[in-house]
Amino acid sequence: MKYAYFPGCSLHSTAKEFDMSARAVCRELGIELEEIPDWNCCGATSAHSLNRDLSIALPLRNLAKAEEMGLDVIAPCAACFNRMKSADGIAKDHPEMLTEIAEKSGINYRGTINVISLLEAITLLGEEAIKSHVKRELSELKVACYYGCLLLRPPDITRFDDPENPKSLDNLVTALGAEAVNWPYKTECCGASLSLSKVEVVEKLTHDILSMAKRAGANCVAAACPLCQGNLDLRQAQIETAYGERFGLPVFYFTQLMGLAFGLPESELGLKRHMVSADRVLAASGSR
Amino acid sequence: MAKASVCDRLTIPEDNSFKDEIKKLSGQSVMECYQCGECTAGCPVAYAADMMPNQVTRLVQLGQENEALNSSMIWLCVGCETCTTRCPRKVELAKVMDALRETAVKRGIKPKEPAIRTFHETFLNSVERGGRVHEISMIGEFKLRSLNLFSDIFLAVKMFLKGKLALMPRFIKGRGEIKRIFRIRRKA
Repeated sequence: MKYAYFPGCSLHSTAKEFDMSARAVCRELGIELEEIPDWNCCGATSAHSLNRDLSIALPLRNLAKAEEMGLDVIAPCAACFNRMKSADGIAKDHPEMLTEIAEKSGINYRGTINVISLLEAITLLGEEAIKSHVKRELSELKVACYYGCLLLRPPDITRFDDPENPKSLDNLVTALGAEAVNWPYKTECCGASLSLSKVEVVEKLTHDILSMAKRAGANCVAAACPLCQGNLDLRQAQIETAYGERFGLPVFYFTQLMGLAFGLPESELGLKRHMVSADRVLAASGSR
Repeated sequence: MAKASVCDRLTIPEDNSFKDEIKKLSGQSVMECYQCGECTAGCPVAYAADMMPNQVTRLVQLGQENEALNSSMIWLCVGCETCTTRCPRKVELAKVMDALRETAVKRGIKPKEPAIRTFHETFLNSVERGGRVHEISMIGEFKLRSLNLFSDIFLAVKMFLKGKLALMPRFIKGRGEIKRIFRIRRKA
């Protein structure tokens, strides 16, 4: 299976390990990724917060390029996926709006391709295909599968899994031999783009998520979004100080866990790039 | 004597111009809302806001432009789409919040949460310059503009050491196309 690949800005900077591990895992699974040439930022939360038409036009440029390639798009970042899928939805369901934006922006997208998240593309392969690649079962890992917001909501746009109690990531980590803990905060919001502009809100929301994961018995978190991973990992130490609680929960991208289970070299997975070290959990689990 | 209710203090406009404006921009009819409060119950940021999401909707229903556009809720809304997902009346409230923010900016209303607006503007400026976000210059501009220079400085250093922040921006080739796309914003 071949897809047009949209890494997005985060996967070239703060979330480079998501990019590395996504590419490595896709290579193993026979998912071919061709990066969209000269792609631009999807506009993220900021574009739709300030200007609707801009928030549609920015992803449309990337979609038009993928359309030229004749390939469906994979976007690992949940926010990019959501923005591109929303723009694609407008193109397909509101042709009058598409025409208006095409006139203003000079971007011509016909809506002949689809957008899919990396998690969905991997889920589509089926559990057996995943299991057949597992070389080291992650049997000591108790994973809080954290889907966040934009992979699943709004369901009319994302059209993937259950927006209130999703299972795809839980099934995936179970196929890797790990335990997916049962917990109620799978789709709670981490505060995302407020990370710099309203830090105390992000601290409260991420505290609640980490605290619930810990109470549910998790020894690590699996994330599917660079904003979620960033907030839970980068700010974990300061949340521990602010709330006087100790979490020590490494926050993996799900592709990193797949890479570990597939026996891929750690240099391809960027495990050292996180703030909360995964060494203790992985040493105890025998995953390395 | 009966207590004066909030409604006694409100002047309900006779035309629907504000409601219609929000409907045109958001594609949503707030009149569908029957005030069940499901949006508020699930909103992760409502606790920090000056009014609840269903109250913002009510203000739009009643044409209370100033109150709605001056609320901190419209800026705190982070677009998590929980309200949109759960609304029994299928009002996509996250889109209404987008439309209210955009309208507030158009009207030149000073936001109750200025740092949040400054962040979004700084982010878009970075995209406009290079086609992609360059974190270090974007964060620098944000901190200068929001006069919040020293928070997170140790975190930023740690992130840099982990290779999470690129020193130099990577401009894309199609910057001309990006400039043209951004004319949409300038015209607004």
